Amino acid sequence: MTGAAPSLPASATGLFSGRSRSERRRIWVDRLMTLVASLAAASLLISLLTIIAFVVVSGLPYIDEQFLTKETIGYGEGGALAAMLGSLQMVPLATLIGAPIGILGGIYLAEARPSRISYTIRVATEVLAGLPSVVIGVFAFTFLVAPRGSYSALAGSVALAVIMIPIVARSTEEIVRLVPGSVREAALALGIPVWKTVLRVIVRTALAGILATVMLAVARIAGETAPLILTAVGNQATNVGDFLSPMDSLPTFIWYASGQPSDLLVGQAWAAALILMLFVLIANILVRGRTAGRRRTN
Amino acid sequence: MGEEVTATTAPTALALPRLTAAETEREESLADSSVLTGAMTVRRLVASYSGKAAVRVEGLDFAPRSVSAIIGPSGCGKTTLIRTLNRMHEVTPGARVEGSVTLDGQDLYGRGVDRVRVRRLIGMVFQRPNPFPTMSIFDNVAAGVRLGGMTRKEPLADTVERSLHHAAIWDEVKDRLKARATSLSGGQQQRLCIARALAVDPKVLLMDEPCSALDPVATARIEELMRRLRDEVTIVIVTHNMQQAARVSDSTAFFLMGDDRAGYLVETGPTRQIFSSPQQKLTEDYVSGRFG
Repeated sequence: MTGAAPSLPASATGLFSGRSRSERRRIWVDRLMTLVASLAAASLLISLLTIIAFVVVSGLPYIDEQFLTKETIGYGEGGALAAMLGSLQMVPLATLIGAPIGILGGIYLAEARPSRISYTIRVATEVLAGLPSVVIGVFAFTFLVAPRGSYSALAGSVALAVIMIPIVARSTEEIVRLVPGSVREAALALGIPVWKTVLRVIVRTALAGILATVMLAVARIAGETAPLILTAVGNQATNVGDFLSPMDSLPTFIWYASGQPSDLLVGQAWAAALILMLFVLIANILVRGRTAGRRRTN
Repeated sequence: MGEEVTATTAPTALALPRLTAAETEREESLADSSVLTGAMTVRRLVASYSGKAAVRVEGLDFAPRSVSAIIGPSGCGKTTLIRTLNRMHEVTPGARVEGSVTLDGQDLYGRGVDRVRVRRLIGMVFQRPNPFPTMSIFDNVAAGVRLGGMTRKEPLADTVERSLHHAAIWDEVKDRLKARATSLSGGQQQRLCIARALAVDPKVLLMDEPCSALDPVATARIEELMRRLRDEVTIVIVTHNMQQAARVSDSTAFFLMGDDRAGYLVETGPTRQIFSSPQQKLTEDYVSGRFG
């Protein structure tokens, strides 16, 4: 089109020029609310970044050969090896106990037809998820520590597993429910028995999500302190493989070392916190990466 | 597949459920699927949801080696009916079936009949292509054989290749059998679902509006496929596309929703007759586009 566009007179006092008072007010309220919401959102990010920065600055200088290779907590020459090895044993054992129970429980909750039993189990799962972790620690102490008269890594792992079960169960239920009904129908119509349809088709479809859930739950229990104080500590020496004896762990190391009148130990507590935090961050980033990748391909 | 079956083995009498001592024998003959012709009958069927009847059929037959179309407007119970033919109706909570449906004279709803076995003999293709999203193309086709606990007569790869050939999609996927099934186009996915259903060697293939989510080109390919498959499996197709029924089917059953909001069979017969000289006024009005 080459024709000149009809020009509006610059002084047009038309329909859309000028603003009334209420309009101006609306625009200001709008700006104000946007600002408040943005600040609130920013504070989330600022909190996280501040914590990360603080932990890195305080902890990084103490991650040295001594911290990584010396076993026991000690004034002057100790390290966190026992604690790291302890976490590396108790958390996997807890996952081995808790993840299968949580996953199967979640599948049950997603698949069971509504009944009194399934309702009871659902409520129980929610209550269990809401229990303070120290209560679970007391429970494990009562049944696994007191009768034997000794703290043990096994009791710690069981306590962590009990914390993990409801987390995994509830997320697994949600993820399994997200599998479209058409997938189930396709499998049943092929003459695949119901149990195989659930385990080999529906769960397989939801598997990436379930693994992500387990990953996040592992990150969560890796940092649990209270249940371990009540069940597993009492040993600052390296314990590899003896689950019936006490075992140190990173959270209990932080709890103990941070309270000591020693700059080295307080610094090492920060260092241990840094390692735990990195683990949780990496777990979260991995899960994000996986699910984002899944969204792209579908 | 391909065995010649003499006409005398085809059921002529109505096999209404008569629970006799021969029950176990009946079970065994269902297991030996090579002698089945794929003839189906529906007798005095009422399919309901939570006590409300959705479709009633006094009598309807599906002949072997043919394509039977079920047509009718929305709500006439077409989909419900086809889902009773392989016992998928009862998957819905509250859904019930009364009456009988037979395959080669044997009641699918008889006592002791295993619905899993029924579904293996009577496959189904759904409205929307529903491949297993996390499985590869190969695994999708292999799923029924692998997970259905079937005895394998040939290597799995052969079954998969044969089924994909049957479903006329082999050439398009042969170089990427390991790719995700969801990477295919909608029409390809639907043919993959047909291949998946064929892999377990069914005698009957039920198709519930298989082209309703597809474009005309993909639809034409599926229709061509149906014409070729009819020599090997009995095909029952639900469609609300009358032209499609006229193009692909040998016989047509026309359903409407009755006063009690349950679907009923208005008329059935050879497709040519239903579309050119229907016996019922309602049928004529519907196929000539006067309503529906």
